[in-house]
Amino acid sequence: MMSAALNKPVAFDTRLLDFRREVRNGRTTMPLRSDEDVVALRRHVRERAVAISLSLVDQTKLVTAASELARNTIKYGGGGEVHLDALDDGLRRGVGLLFVDDGQGIPDLGLALKDGYTTGGGLGLGLSGSKRLVDEFDIDSRPGEGTAVVVIKWKR
Amino acid sequence: MERIPILRMGSLLLVTIQVDMHDRLAMALQDDLTQRIVSDRAKGVLIDISALDLVDSFIGRMISNTAAMARVLDAETVVVGMQPAVAITLVELGLTLHGVKTALNVEKGMALLGKSIS
Repeated sequence: MMSAALNKPVAFDTRLLDFRREVRNGRTTMPLRSDEDVVALRRHVRERAVAISLSLVDQTKLVTAASELARNTIKYGGGGEVHLDALDDGLRRGVGLLFVDDGQGIPDLGLALKDGYTTGGGLGLGLSGSKRLVDEFDIDSRPGEGTAVVVIKWKR
Repeated sequence: MERIPILRMGSLLLVTIQVDMHDRLAMALQDDLTQRIVSDRAKGVLIDISALDLVDSFIGRMISNTAAMARVLDAETVVVGMQPAVAITLVELGLTLHGVKTALNVEKGMALLGKSIS
């Protein structure tokens, strides 16, 4: 069972919470604390991707990016949450994912976005690789306050 | 904790990954496989990932590490059955599974292992 403490919403006040607000129409929020949460997220993202008829390759890219970013949220952010958004701007539909934690933040974003840079003993592909797998990517991080990453995949 | 079963066939170990892999499960498989290579005196490892609809950097690293560990324990590893969408995503992510032998399916993988260990 999750304790009330683990369920408390993330306090990091990021400008990315407003990202594409005008074209969002349906938000689900999921906790990111454990390996099982990552697996559950992958499944939800896959469902969202199928719902807007993303191609199999684009589904796989989005789910893989979600997996990488969720792991970052847990491993470096100390856990947090992810918001899944259905997007529709009148011309096209998309899936948006916003990962938020109130962990230690990233001191040097430029460095963190470089291939192969890691502080956690991994491959250093999480952020830079995810960025390549999606159509839109933005990140907001403040040392000591938290990190937020938003990604979007549009239906072509 | 759940674990992925490892089957032995002669001097080969066979693994078919059919569950959604979380990180602890991937680490457990890497540990189990290296143990079994030694205890079963295996010369080859075949990992079938045809049921996996996602290989992210963590699973990719587990596969690379397993192949490297197997190599220093005198066993060959072949990964078979990668879905095309997974292959495209993996390369775009920046992961090339350097040093890992691959084959299209189990049959071709077995043939490859048979050749290299005979």
